[in-house]
Amino acid sequence: MKHVLTFLELESGPRVDVTWDGTALSLPEGSNLAAAMLAAGVGVFRHTPVSKAPRSPFCMMGTCFDCLVEIDGVTRQACMVEVTEGMVISQPQELGGQVNEM
Amino acid sequence: MKCDLVIIGAGPAGMAAAAEASELGLSVTIIDEQPRAGGQIYRDVDKVSPSRAPILGTDYTDGKRLTESLRQSGIEYLPGAVVWAIEDQFRIMYTCEGRGAQIQADRILLATGALERPMPIPGWTLPGVMTAGAGQILLKQSGVVAKKSVLVGSGPLLYLIAAQMVRAGTPPVAMIETQTRSDLGRALWHVGGALRGWRYIMKGLKMLAEITLARVPRYSGASDIAIEGDDAAKAVTFIYKGRERRIDCDIVFLHHGVVPNPQASRSLRISHNWNAAQQSFVPKLDEWGQSDVAGVFIAGDGAGIGGAKAAEQAGRLAVLKIAEDSALLSTQDRDLKAAPLRRELGRELAARPFLDTAYPPYIAALTPDDNTTICRCEEVTAGEIRGYAKLGCLGPNQTKAFGRAGMGPCQGRYCGLTVTALLADANRQSPDETGYYRIRAPLKPVTLGELAAMDDMVQNSAE
Repeated sequence: MKHVLTFLELESGPRVDVTWDGTALSLPEGSNLAAAMLAAGVGVFRHTPVSKAPRSPFCMMGTCFDCLVEIDGVTRQACMVEVTEGMVISQPQELGGQVNEM
Repeated sequence: MKCDLVIIGAGPAGMAAAAEASELGLSVTIIDEQPRAGGQIYRDVDKVSPSRAPILGTDYTDGKRLTESLRQSGIEYLPGAVVWAIEDQFRIMYTCEGRGAQIQADRILLATGALERPMPIPGWTLPGVMTAGAGQILLKQSGVVAKKSVLVGSGPLLYLIAAQMVRAGTPPVAMIETQTRSDLGRALWHVGGALRGWRYIMKGLKMLAEITLARVPRYSGASDIAIEGDDAAKAVTFIYKGRERRIDCDIVFLHHGVVPNPQASRSLRISHNWNAAQQSFVPKLDEWGQSDVAGVFIAGDGAGIGGAKAAEQAGRLAVLKIAEDSALLSTQDRDLKAAPLRRELGRELAARPFLDTAYPPYIAALTPDDNTTICRCEEVTAGEIRGYAKLGCLGPNQTKAFGRAGMGPCQGRYCGLTVTALLADANRQSPDETGYYRIRAPLKPVTLGELAAMDDMVQNSAE
């Protein structure tokens, strides 16, 4: 996990606590989860099931599925989720589990 | 729940169509997967802070006109609803708040917009590499900007995002552009259209002036572009004027045009034809946006790239035809109302041939080098696809059996056009002969829990 701040937040508002792979993060309440994690310095969201290559958000509009994370036990696209207090977020354990294939 | 018209997508086409439908007396439901209306172009426009609005510009804040129109009575608006199947005559299945639900409609308008054209270059799967559209979404929705970024590719959107980054106080380190002087030369054949669409050309020149004033280095006609890095993007290398260059950065934004999002229309087995000017497939539609599947209309960039304003006109035109079919409008009234919309649509589209020619896709990313990954999900390379062609693979659906390309969670959204191009090239066939992935439901993942929660009670609660 890389924690270099490559993004900047232009505005500040109320924040809530979540955990990311067991580490506490403070993210803007109600914000887009993928954007908030990027701004908090999360560099790698998941590793691919094929080659274990690191990935992070690519499209931010729900089409590429590179931002998949596990939220409270369910694999979801971080860019399609809003931040709420107490979210338990981690790298997805097994991609095939919750995501259907065509 | 049953209604006359279901619109999928609350971007400019969908929002304008919903307003028109409601005014003409149709019962209309508009479904959108985002929590707030606007589509990608007007993403979160209702929430944008006063300090960020000037950064994004009036073309963006103008979207409030459309989001406000959604609030009029008679429009059922379902935000946060992800459509995953459209069944015959027409039953639309979606997930909302963790539960499956369905809605029935006599007619459907697909207003599902565009995707970034896939830009497979070496290193494009590294963390820190995003689409330019993603960079804009970060700014529009979250006020999040990259500190040390490089923009790579071609097209007006690249200048727009660069200008917005300049205004935000975080200009890109450089712009590595792939269009050449001879592209511009060819585009001059279309200068007549460009003059009719002069507003767009003026806006483009204004953005270029902002970028130049901020002293952002621009490398036009760049080739051999690759992204370096192990766990994240570190630099972009390329050849400019015969010399190898390397520019350090943390974030790379890629863009060489947008293409229609084909998932919903393909799943309905609507015919698509190759459009050489737009270098993509477009659905086959009549002058009202009706497809060859009766009752299914398509408007906006999903019907062929035309931009946000053109999308509004197309959305309204489709609804005029639907209202006529529903006996709410005479043929004469339909045509009277359509005439000014068509004139406006013509003006909006006038500059497209100039822009398409001046900013063509980056050739090396249309048929990439053998070692470049083209299917991000299953990590299949261009060389592997060419290898399947040698073994007799003629069409994209066969590549799935050969090596799983297009079978990951994105369902081919970011490799489909590349696989078609590679196979067409290797087999000396046209893109039309080669075809595209067969798209099937579920269009988006749906969990067993969401399906289990899909019962009559949910249907009733949606009413």
